[in-house]
Amino acid sequence: MTSATTTPVRSGFSPAEYFTCLSGIVWREALRFLHQRERFISALVRPLVWLFIFAAGFRQVLGLSIIPPYETYILYEVYIAPGLMAMIQLFNGMQSSLSMVYDREMGNMRTLLVSPLPRWFLLSCKLLAGTAVSLLQVYAFLMIAWFWDIAPPPMGYLTVLPALVLSGLMLGALGMLISSGIKQLENFAGVMNFVIFPMFFASSALYPLWRILESSPMLYYVCLFNPFTHAVELIRFALYGQINWISLAVVGGCTIAFMVGAILAYDPSRGLIRRGPAGGET
Amino acid sequence: MMATDALSTGHDKREIPSRPDAVEVPALSIDGVSHAYGARQALTDIGFSVAPASFTALLGLNGAGKSTLFSLITRLFGIQRGNIGIFGHDIAQAPGEALRLLGVVFQPRTLDLDLSVTQNLLYHAALHGIARRDARERSREVLARIGLADRDGSKVRDLSGGQMRRLEIARALLHRPRLLLLDEATVGLDVKARADILNHVRRLVAEQGISVLWATHLFDEIGSNDDLVVLHQGQVLARGKVARVIADTGGNDINTAFMRLTGTAQSGSLTS
Repeated sequence: MTSATTTPVRSGFSPAEYFTCLSGIVWREALRFLHQRERFISALVRPLVWLFIFAAGFRQVLGLSIIPPYETYILYEVYIAPGLMAMIQLFNGMQSSLSMVYDREMGNMRTLLVSPLPRWFLLSCKLLAGTAVSLLQVYAFLMIAWFWDIAPPPMGYLTVLPALVLSGLMLGALGMLISSGIKQLENFAGVMNFVIFPMFFASSALYPLWRILESSPMLYYVCLFNPFTHAVELIRFALYGQINWISLAVVGGCTIAFMVGAILAYDPSRGLIRRGPAGGET
Repeated sequence: MMATDALSTGHDKREIPSRPDAVEVPALSIDGVSHAYGARQALTDIGFSVAPASFTALLGLNGAGKSTLFSLITRLFGIQRGNIGIFGHDIAQAPGEALRLLGVVFQPRTLDLDLSVTQNLLYHAALHGIARRDARERSREVLARIGLADRDGSKVRDLSGGQMRRLEIARALLHRPRLLLLDEATVGLDVKARADILNHVRRLVAEQGISVLWATHLFDEIGSNDDLVVLHQGQVLARGKVARVIADTGGNDINTAFMRLTGTAQSGSLTS
């Protein structure tokens, strides 16, 4: 009796193989980032323009009462610094999303997706790599801001790190989820108008929530339910060695939800990724 | 010259433990596969297999469904109906095992143009869990063989089209797969570059026992001893040895055979 069989091949992957894959993806993202100097500069210029120009102008207009985690009156520049740190991560998350759409259009994404390692792991690596890049940008911003007298407690530079990692993961996962639904690169402009701007402006990045409540209760609730508000507050408190538990829960929950959504969206059996062949293919 | 000779990857024919009562398992088996994009049916009940250490040409017009089939084999798309196995490993049930045995060269270029030649190879190796030291060694080896050793630090965007394709083939072989898929791999290349790449792939089959599925719309890329699958409008119209397909249709050559099978008038290459 004869029977067909399978060719023996090792099943599963060792921890070393997982680590090699993770480090390879992070290394590639870092290389791409370093090769794109304009991207690094523009990632820094954006928040610095807000800090040096916008905040300087608003300092005289906007009064701030003492609100946690601050224990005294602060300058407006100090108030918006955590919001600008989160903004760097928001733009970075969307930039990663843009690069995923670009990679998919150009075909590079296939190199990643045909890896034998589990797809959820590959996407998680991609997310971690994007977050690592955002951390570099945020700390570069903090270094420049220090010369502008925005100097949190020395320990704050360390305590803010976990908050930055979590908020970076949440915003990166959101970007990844969005990228799965974008069919063409040209459609990405919509992300700017419908995601980045509303998320940033309808948050506590530029104004405290109590200020928003005074002017519009409806907008207050929009800001309150905006995950970006909680990313900002998580970073703000962590920068002063404190934990905002509600923000931590919201950011943690949203990270999981967005990540699960992105993994499902990129799952070939039920995904939202384009089901048709790329242009020119048959 | 260099491309033809050099493209050999240097890895030996791998020893496959055999069981005395076992028949040879196909390198690729496709059974009853159908796929639709919404209401548009792209593939209908596709079935064929690729034997180990064989060169199988997948011939079809543009729009026949070749790239869709490749996307299903590589798990870029989920299988809606049917089964696909790579050396007996079901791509839906055991994707890790199946993809480990598979190397792919897609129709569009999938190299990262902003990274160097070596960096592209190392990235691919990392995606397969190959440790950095081993990956560097393999990269040096394949670059020397494809005649790009002196370009290892060059950005990929500075390479010619033919060099990029050779690099893609070398990259696809870096993790030492046993089945190689090439989707219109010679599109956009000049005559010499096309011949070099085709010859190289045939040498991989002959010397290293790699199984190849070569999707094309060009008759002159198909040899008389090749296995052939004719795909038209999402359906397999014929499969078998080229000579047999020609004989079955009563034609004199592959051109006539294809024309009779599909009812299209073509010459030399198939374009729609």
